[in-house]
Amino acid sequence: MKARVFVTLKPGVLDPQGKAIHHALEGLGFGGVNDVRAGKLIELDLADGTSDGDIEEMCRKLLANTVIENFRVERLQDA
Amino acid sequence: MKSAVIVFPGSNCDRDIAVALEDVTGRKPAMVWHRDSELPDGTDFIALPGGFSYGDYLRSGAMAARSPIMRSVTEAANRGVPVIGICNGFQVLTETGLLPGALMRNAGLSFVCRPVRLKVENSQSLFTSGYNSSEEIVIPVAHHDGNFQADESTLDRLEGEGRVAFRYLEEVNGSARRIAGILNDAGNVLGLMPHPERVMEPAHGGTDGRRLFEGLLETVS
Repeated sequence: MKARVFVTLKPGVLDPQGKAIHHALEGLGFGGVNDVRAGKLIELDLADGTSDGDIEEMCRKLLANTVIENFRVERLQDA
Repeated sequence: MKSAVIVFPGSNCDRDIAVALEDVTGRKPAMVWHRDSELPDGTDFIALPGGFSYGDYLRSGAMAARSPIMRSVTEAANRGVPVIGICNGFQVLTETGLLPGALMRNAGLSFVCRPVRLKVENSQSLFTSGYNSSEEIVIPVAHHDGNFQADESTLDRLEGEGRVAFRYLEEVNGSARRIAGILNDAGNVLGLMPHPERVMEPAHGGTDGRRLFEGLLETVS
């Protein structure tokens, strides 16, 4: 079973990397980009039967720093 | 003083802090590997050194904060044993939850490596009694993730309780309210981004860091 964890900065938290990416896109001539926020995607390959609660605990204990980050879990269908 | 320096894979200021501590206390600190689970008996001071533990993977200090020795460090801190975290050590302390807030990428995105002017905001703590109140000192920084952030109510509480130990007197990394170092609520845990162990003798270009360790030695022993 696989799951994807998306870790993103909380709204309002300054994202210097997102800003730099934004500037670089503008430098390449891409107009119309209003804002860029950079985050992380973590893919987990998990034993069958791993509960949502287990995954959420992994996020809270390690994968995200909930002082500054939010997380969202997406379970993938078994291949 | 029986001090311990915690060594993580990727620590690179562990020997500097060991030399500084031996110089001031006359006693070699125990170098404790991150996979050990126990601190040496009678440890009465713990230092978390600067560096790039685990290559800053995931977030700076995140992996080190979950290493086995940190359970003992947390227990010792909760018993009142003084703990200092310098640079990466500060990041480890916030990731462990021993200090509030988080250290994010510098606002200017650049690695900042230079001496900076600091104001001693609290000269009454275990760690800062060697300084005068509101004194201006110069200590070098060397970091990429030193941008201290916390929510407004946490920042107000830190200010109101005298827990801002050091503040930058110049723009360095985008830190909220230019905070450079903070104390926990009991006052026995200090995290700071500047490196006091790098200004211990005139040949280093300054001695403003030495007074932190001398003041600490006086209060602990």
